[in-house]
Amino acid sequence: MIKEEFERRAKQVRKNIVQMIAAAGSGHPGGSLSVADILVVLYFDAMHIDAKNPGLETRDRFVLSKGHSAPALYAVLAERGYFPKEELMKLRKCGAMLQGHPDMKRIPGVDMSTGSLGQGLSAANGMALSAKLDQADWRVYVVVGDGELQEGQIWEAVMSSAHYGLDNLTLFVDHNGLQIDGTNDEVMKVMPIAEKFRVFGWNAIEINGHDFEEICSAIQLAKHTKGRPTVIVAETVKGKGVSFMENQVGWHGKALDEVQCRQALEELTGGEA
Amino acid sequence: MGIATRAAYGKILETELYKNEKVVVLDADLGNATKSMSFKEAAPKRYFDMGISEQDMMGTAAGLAASGKVPIASTFAVFAAGRAFGQIRNSIAYPKLNVKIAATHAGLTVGEDGGSHQAVEDIALMRSLPNMTVINPADAKEAEEVLKAAVQYYGPVYIRLGRAAVEDLHDEHYQFNWGKGEILLEGKDVGIIATGIMVGKALAVAAELAKEGIEARVINMHTIKPIDRTLILETAELTGKIVTAEEHSVIGGLGSAVSEVLSQERPTKMAMVGIQDSFGESGSPKDLLEKYGLTEKDIMLAVKKIIKYA
Repeated sequence: MIKEEFERRAKQVRKNIVQMIAAAGSGHPGGSLSVADILVVLYFDAMHIDAKNPGLETRDRFVLSKGHSAPALYAVLAERGYFPKEELMKLRKCGAMLQGHPDMKRIPGVDMSTGSLGQGLSAANGMALSAKLDQADWRVYVVVGDGELQEGQIWEAVMSSAHYGLDNLTLFVDHNGLQIDGTNDEVMKVMPIAEKFRVFGWNAIEINGHDFEEICSAIQLAKHTKGRPTVIVAETVKGKGVSFMENQVGWHGKALDEVQCRQALEELTGGEA
Repeated sequence: MGIATRAAYGKILETELYKNEKVVVLDADLGNATKSMSFKEAAPKRYFDMGISEQDMMGTAAGLAASGKVPIASTFAVFAAGRAFGQIRNSIAYPKLNVKIAATHAGLTVGEDGGSHQAVEDIALMRSLPNMTVINPADAKEAEEVLKAAVQYYGPVYIRLGRAAVEDLHDEHYQFNWGKGEILLEGKDVGIIATGIMVGKALAVAAELAKEGIEARVINMHTIKPIDRTLILETAELTGKIVTAEEHSVIGGLGSAVSEVLSQERPTKMAMVGIQDSFGESGSPKDLLEKYGLTEKDIMLAVKKIIKYA
């Protein structure tokens, strides 16, 4: 896919994210905006999927372990045609399909329910093991947050992926440096990330998580790495694309009001209207 | 004396369940103790030792289930239900994934390892989870049948198994009825509803009571969730007095499940034999059962008391 096309999709996804969170009156814009470009590449380019047949057995699987960034996933799934875009504006409303965190039982295209941090990589390992058992060539993609690396279960799972040589699994760390209570450095240091994974036996690649070319080529490198899993540590900006949210701790889990939403949409539209 | 229910688990894995290509078994470095290791002999590629990491094991089982496998995850009950509760809740029960949890070394009869290793609250924890089925087999044959049935059933199932040998109550013709309690003895004077290792004791007590002319109706309530409401109500109707017996805390276990049904639909005088809001301690299974009030004598006293005051 060409760069302009990625950019167009990403812009639309970001607009959806701010609008749906504003409509819901709650949600997590910061981490949704930081991870958006990665999801756009996965769902519009890298993954073998069929929006018309979400349960396709040979599809690549995706696990959003940082489940609070669900708006980004929902926006991408809607753009990709898994469900009507009208659903986005019902996010977090009682009776709606789109839950506050991904729910695989309700939402077509969601491969794993998440929301309690630290649990997604283990589930992804199980999927990758299953593909290995079946000698199937589908792959598993996972996204964790950098703060999420503070959960002990992540490191249990990191050991398991390496132990079982899960080269059909690619993990993205959405490394925006911020979490609810402050920066990673203030709350609980997670650095150095890539080195930690390397000593656990992983292939580690560091990229700019907003550069489509870098995201694409890292995914290709991961596909060609044999015998061990790959982690792509993606440097990202929390709140990316909305000036007043970028790198602001306060925008982890706060909804935009009407005025803020309008301003955000203007910025994201970039005068194109 | 028969064999332990965990031994029955190992046996059925090795003789039967391995034939199902979808079945995969996971353990957390306790395969020799839980007896899951026997699956490794039969189907090595489908056996995953996850190391000492129960949370990761449950999550991995969830992913395997999400991809069409039928994972059985084993570890000690205290680690399964307790340590990995959050993983069982969010990664297995919430998405209703097809994971079977074979939790061994449950209750006081794990013995000498002491209170840290004695799961006396696991039924309460698992029973509180939507989508979860909770089964506590009474003997080896029943454990085998439960495992066979659990693999056929779609959805999360918690199977509680013991470390110590238990007497055989069922012969080779026994058929496990999913969700239906088993009437072992008919009687009209008192209903004894027991589960797990307490079922055999309840039967022995009923035999003693019969000598005194008291007829007890004895129920093996192997499935704690969903509980067999019909059988509980019918037993209350018939006897007017219910005694429950479990190797578990009286808070949140079988006694609670039975009383939840009765208190709402047919208030009935009850007595609960179980662990009275306490952790266990080190000791032989026999000594512990005596100290914590889980003997035939304790069931007998409960029956006598309830007959007197009802």
